[in-house]
Amino acid sequence: MASTLFRNVIQAQPLFLNSSALLRRKNGVLYCTMKSTSHSHTQTATEEKQQQKSPQKIKVPPQKQMKEVSKIGADYEAVIGIETHVQLSTLTKAFCSCPYSYGAQPNTCICPVCMGLPGALPVLNSKVIECAVKLALALNCRLSFSSKFDRKQYFYPDLPKGYQISQFDIPIATGGSIDLDLPLEFGGGHRRFGITRIHMEEDAGKLMHSGNGSYSQMSNHPSQVDLNRAGVPLLEIVSEPDMRTGIEASEYAAELQRVVRYLGVSNGNMQEGSLRCDVNVSVRPIGQAEFGTKVEIKNLNSFSAINRAIDFEISRQVNLHSQGQQDSIVQETRLWEEGAQKTVTMRKKEGLADYRYFPEPDLPEVVLTKAYMDSVGKSLPELPEAKRRRYEEMGLSMQDVLFLANDIAVADFFDATIQKGADVKLAANWIMGDIAAYLKNEKLSINDIKLVPHELAELIASIKSGTISGKIGKEILFELLAKGGTVKGLIEEKDLVQITDLVDIEKMVDKVIAENPKQLEQYRSGKTKLQGYFAGQVMKASKGKANPGILNKVLVEKLNAKV
Amino acid sequence: MLSTLHSPRSLSRFPLHLTSSVKPRAASASSASSLSDYPPPPLPAAQSPGGAPASQILTVRRSLLSGSVTATQLAESYLSRLRLTEPQLNSFIHVSDSVLKSAQEIDDKIAKGGGEALGPLAGVMVGVKDNICTADMPSTGGSRILENYRPPFDATAVKRLKEKGGIVVGKTNLDEFGMGSTTEGSGFQVTANPWDLGRVPGGSSGGSASAVSARQCVVSLGSDTGGSVRQPASFCGVVGLKPTYGRVSRFGLMAYASSLDVIGCLGTSVADVGIFLNAISGHDKFDATSSKQSLFTSINLLESKPLSGLKVGLIRETLDDGVDSGVKSAINAAVLHMQELGCIVNEVSLPSFSLGLPAYYILASSESSSNLSRYDGVRYGKQTVSDELNALYANSRASGFGPEVKMRILMGTYALSAGYYDAYYKRAQQVRTLIRESFKTALETNDILISPAAPSVAYKMGMLVVSYYS
Repeated sequence: MASTLFRNVIQAQPLFLNSSALLRRKNGVLYCTMKSTSHSHTQTATEEKQQQKSPQKIKVPPQKQMKEVSKIGADYEAVIGIETHVQLSTLTKAFCSCPYSYGAQPNTCICPVCMGLPGALPVLNSKVIECAVKLALALNCRLSFSSKFDRKQYFYPDLPKGYQISQFDIPIATGGSIDLDLPLEFGGGHRRFGITRIHMEEDAGKLMHSGNGSYSQMSNHPSQVDLNRAGVPLLEIVSEPDMRTGIEASEYAAELQRVVRYLGVSNGNMQEGSLRCDVNVSVRPIGQAEFGTKVEIKNLNSFSAINRAIDFEISRQVNLHSQGQQDSIVQETRLWEEGAQKTVTMRKKEGLADYRYFPEPDLPEVVLTKAYMDSVGKSLPELPEAKRRRYEEMGLSMQDVLFLANDIAVADFFDATIQKGADVKLAANWIMGDIAAYLKNEKLSINDIKLVPHELAELIASIKSGTISGKIGKEILFELLAKGGTVKGLIEEKDLVQITDLVDIEKMVDKVIAENPKQLEQYRSGKTKLQGYFAGQVMKASKGKANPGILNKVLVEKLNAKV
Repeated sequence: MLSTLHSPRSLSRFPLHLTSSVKPRAASASSASSLSDYPPPPLPAAQSPGGAPASQILTVRRSLLSGSVTATQLAESYLSRLRLTEPQLNSFIHVSDSVLKSAQEIDDKIAKGGGEALGPLAGVMVGVKDNICTADMPSTGGSRILENYRPPFDATAVKRLKEKGGIVVGKTNLDEFGMGSTTEGSGFQVTANPWDLGRVPGGSSGGSASAVSARQCVVSLGSDTGGSVRQPASFCGVVGLKPTYGRVSRFGLMAYASSLDVIGCLGTSVADVGIFLNAISGHDKFDATSSKQSLFTSINLLESKPLSGLKVGLIRETLDDGVDSGVKSAINAAVLHMQELGCIVNEVSLPSFSLGLPAYYILASSESSSNLSRYDGVRYGKQTVSDELNALYANSRASGFGPEVKMRILMGTYALSAGYYDAYYKRAQQVRTLIRESFKTALETNDILISPAAPSVAYKMGMLVVSYYS
């Protein structure tokens, strides 16, 4: 019940912490101008306030973009670094025992600690450390045996304590790297980007603006604070300025998403704000050692937005450079406007903000033992990069490799299938073809289907051995996807075993020929296309079970037989 | 650290007889404005064989179990004394209206034969400093910015004392958020020293010290960041115990300087503060800085020479110039007394001692500038209606905080600012480490170190413009 803000903000009545509604503070008319606040808002570490805007998608063919960028490439080079906030999917918040669930009624996941009530103290959730250590190890970072928390201080209504608990000069991990493979449609290729640091911190709440939700007008509607998200644990991952193009940056973010999903530390969902990227872009003439003036871009809600925003920004800066106006590139924060497909100034840098960091006295330092690091290290799953290299070694094409390793659930399904002895390429084809299409149509994840890897392996084996035809195989597949069951069971139940017996097939062919004297005559008078008609009739008579190879061989013999 | 005890002369103001009919003897030190004309304390403590005041907590327990008095009778007599003395003292910001109900519950338990199961604090009237959260009463920290604020939870120390049968009689006055050493810095009222109404009770736990001294309650909770339990205990002639950092959970204590804040106990005897501390201390899962070390379990006060062979270091620097001669002679008397009890007393020198105060000021101000950020008028507390956000913050804080608090926030903000951090905050931390090391060294050769709790007796009201402690 800590909703509020500005004038009428509600006073939290802490006795009723779980009230589900936003309350207004009793005394006053509340109106607030967000204009006045958008400036201080700049200081929130983990904002994403404008993200709800302009959801419409605009498709820009990647090829076209690439050409634009490559034109630039001749004289200038872009330098891109990314700060990513990953919201951890721990059961409870970072410093209190409140659960957090996205989309819950405002101020229903709060307690005295995350509301910043007087006298409340933070106690670190040890799962946060576990997540940080997992990610640090997955990103090949050096872990600090002893790190500490600090307070980052600024005033903003979504920050209940007036400071954010974060890590400043001694983060839990430093100096790592991430490996990825660029998609083939962007030219492919392997990349390794440096990771500067990973640190733990807490999220802030959210401001809710009623009325039309716009920031900058005087309105009679109160702004209110939803503190559900306050205190939710985040990991901030800072990259080295190693990326040079929009696609590299968006693939970096995508790989980070894969890694956190593989590790199970976050759902990595960008729409929900579980994965937020702020990118820094600068441009310099090729050959120049020092970096150009860097511009930060916010409001990037998707990988393609990251890609397009950066490429737009690079073009903008290169144009200024090539017109001799590089001085008009200033250090500022720009906003990606999805609708207009461009970046616009959000605020100019107002000098370095002084957050007055100092060590958080309420929390002891975070001490990690070698044994703990080792045990977490042993618990790590196979990571996307390792998986891709392994799939590659199995002989799969890069297209297959990227598809299969993209989603850990799919990769697990594939791995389980081939572990049951299925042919690697056939398993990949089934998963990427019919199964993927089914998932897409039904809007399901691979974990939701009734088909189990063992049965897919069985199905592939049955086709390979000739027990059933490929066509029947497909039918069985859809049956298995929707209803489950076993391949053997379905074959028996529906009597689907392929007919390979020569005599049986000859009988069926004879019957069909006998029943279609007219067509036979036409065939023999040269209209050989009718072979397909006969084959179809026989297949129909066999209820699709006749082995097509044998059938055609017999059919051709019989049709062409001298009378 | 124990506060210095007043000389026996001033302690004699309180009758040491069990008979409640005897009027308290007027102490020679008490002035016309003293409280000697008020009814005697409800439970005068018997004197133990050694001459030290006996435990009122144990006396309460014995009286309840023997049936000589009921918890309700006890509560009524404390409340009536409180009502009579409060207009002069102003020890309390809020007096609980559920005292008699709690007392009745204890009586009901005894009536049902559950006497032996009573907690160690059963029926004990406890004052709680108003910067310690209580769920059923306002908790203001002595600040207008939290006027009428009611927390949704009890501080761990309060929870524990209640679980052990203690009855919270009310919330005691303090310097705003603990920042001060006279209790004149309260946003609400000025508390008087029961021994001389023209003098301050000390601070910042002045209300807690005054209330115990005037027997408005048996014991009280205070908080000590830079002397705020010890100094008012000294000024009011009671025992003040500032435990080791982390001994008592800080959960529910409104933070002033988190790395220094400690909840402490005030009482009329060493035994009482010992029993009280035992009841409220111990690890708390809601305070990551609370100690997991186990506690002492028994206090044997009856042994004739319990301190025999104990090595006591008298800190030389605490008896330098600037310390009143009366304080020095009280310390010397205490030293003689300890020697009689078998202690070996030696002077020790802690050259870094004088660095403590400046380091404390920097660190406490820095932490307070951060800890008090949450009082922004947004979620709770005083909010001044404003047209835009920065004005909301500025006006709410300008009208809610008193001058001492504002000064410390400004000082702390400055000390943490970019460009000054190394010269102030970081340096103060280094000094803190030096001081800690020198204490450690001194404690290698001594079992305990002693010093006066304050360099003088209580100041006259309005005398102290600059505060030295908090």
